[in-house]
Amino acid sequence: MATHSTTISTARRAERASGHTAPNPGIVLPSLSLWWREIVRFYRMRSRVIGVIASPLLFWIVIGSGFGDSFRAQTAAGGQRYLEFFFPGALIMIVLFTSIFTMMSVIEDRREGFLLSVLVAPISRTVIVLGKVLGGTTLATIQGLIFLAFAPLIGIHFTLLRFASAVLCILLVSFSLTVLGFIVAWRLDSTQAFHAIINLFLMPLWMLSGSLFPVSGAASWIAMIMRANPLTYGVEALRASLYPQMSGGLGLAQAACLMVLGGFALIMFAIAFVMVNRRRATPSA
Amino acid sequence: MNSSFPIRTQAGSRTATEAPSAIKVDGLVHRYGDRVAIDGISFSVGEAQIFGLLGPNGSGKTTLFRILSTLITPSGGDATIGEWSVVASPREVRKNIGVVFQEKSVDVKLTAAENLMHQGHLYGLRGAALKARIAQMLDRVGLSDRANDKVETFSGGMLRRVEIAKGVMHRPSVLLLDEPTTGLDPGARIDLWQYLRMLREEEGITVLVTTHLMEEAERCDRLAILAQGKIVGLGTPAELKDAVGGDVVVFDVADPQAMKQQIEQRFRVDATVMAGRLRLNHEHGHRFAAEVAEAFPGEILGASVNKPSLEDVFIERTGHRFWTEKN
Repeated sequence: MATHSTTISTARRAERASGHTAPNPGIVLPSLSLWWREIVRFYRMRSRVIGVIASPLLFWIVIGSGFGDSFRAQTAAGGQRYLEFFFPGALIMIVLFTSIFTMMSVIEDRREGFLLSVLVAPISRTVIVLGKVLGGTTLATIQGLIFLAFAPLIGIHFTLLRFASAVLCILLVSFSLTVLGFIVAWRLDSTQAFHAIINLFLMPLWMLSGSLFPVSGAASWIAMIMRANPLTYGVEALRASLYPQMSGGLGLAQAACLMVLGGFALIMFAIAFVMVNRRRATPSA
Repeated sequence: MNSSFPIRTQAGSRTATEAPSAIKVDGLVHRYGDRVAIDGISFSVGEAQIFGLLGPNGSGKTTLFRILSTLITPSGGDATIGEWSVVASPREVRKNIGVVFQEKSVDVKLTAAENLMHQGHLYGLRGAALKARIAQMLDRVGLSDRANDKVETFSGGMLRRVEIAKGVMHRPSVLLLDEPTTGLDPGARIDLWQYLRMLREEEGITVLVTTHLMEEAERCDRLAILAQGKIVGLGTPAELKDAVGGDVVVFDVADPQAMKQQIEQRFRVDATVMAGRLRLNHEHGHRFAAEVAEAFPGEILGASVNKPSLEDVFIERTGHRFWTEKN
């Protein structure tokens, strides 16, 4: 037994001396790997794909057509039909739901044990945030873009610049909300708790974002809350891309809205970064 | 009697530390709030050994496992993997360990090969080298023909093998496994141990495995027995059992307490009552059992004489049975 183990360890030491140990994985490769896994997993669960795209579409058509002509936004949206006014709001809703709910996978990863094997890998925890969040962002952006493809149906035609600004806006909203979902999911261990917490502020966040009704016509205290809601700037920026001829309810230039969104995304990411990098006396998974 | 144990085991550990140690645990302490889970543990594991941590639930072995795998930082003391401290250089430790958790950590929505690919990426493997390693590992655990099947279609034993392949993808020097045979049928258990030995041979890997099963502990090269956060035995399974000495004799009697006194007075031995039976150690168990039966005719309902098992070691060191420990 003793001789046996010495021969092995000599071979082993020689192997290690020749630089055969694992290289430093860095940040890019592991993040990309986790990002890709996120996307593969999502599209392997067909019911999720269908649910996430079909429900907002249904929502938009039913609510938009239901209001029909009985609502005509007078100030902000000019003489739009509600179906048109509601389009950016419905798109933001798709992005909102997809972004936040993709991060339920953080909880699944923890419950299924996958997260454990990531936590003991020689990677920075930032990789975990990046991989998960970029995965969620990609998925939400794709869903948003699919919905955007319906825009010509209601007579919206893009210039390249307007299309690019719409994509940028969707990307920023997706990213910041995915990080928000990540932050909520990180310390939770059940998807029920996630649903409960998310539902508590997901709907208000969306309803008070200028999706359903414009800021300009709202009661002043509601308008104040709406101005404090980062999502309002996303809806506003998107609306500016879709209907450039209409003046926005916020009275802010699109670039300014995008900057507010960018700032929000940075703050969210910073919070997630600090949260994940704390090493603890009790396990994180 | 309970305090006489360390003589042989310390001799055992001294010879082991002469060889370079793959794992060294030094005065490790861990508390969860007021509860002490690990209470000053020290031991070392030589290279390419299969080392077992045997203990009932709540003995601290899972906490120790979590510290070694860098999931939690200890409250005191240190442990090193190779030359790296789990407290000071967790990142370097992580490069050198492969970890197989009690919970499954494979992604069931992915195929076996995809699971290994992602694992390789997390350790910086890529390209042709990664591909070759995936093929090699799938071959070693006998899953080459299932490489592109989703893991959710696998049996429990196959799942464990993917876990192990995943754990050693990056050629770690130490493989840590937490209760690896939990939930496996006996056939798959035997398989798993064969794979562990094969990895030890072919990859020269040091294996540390936690278990609460005596028959698994028997298969380890060396063993630490844990009870209530302390090591109560350390050595090879044979050394530990020899240290108990002689035979273990167990009597079935109607009134164990009364019989304990009578036997102790008459034969000048120490006996203990455990689970309604009377047990003691004796150098010549068979002869002694016969003598007792003759001395108390009709009162001995049954007797058994055995060489000490690891459970006997545990009983001797802790004064109680393995499974009566409270969680």
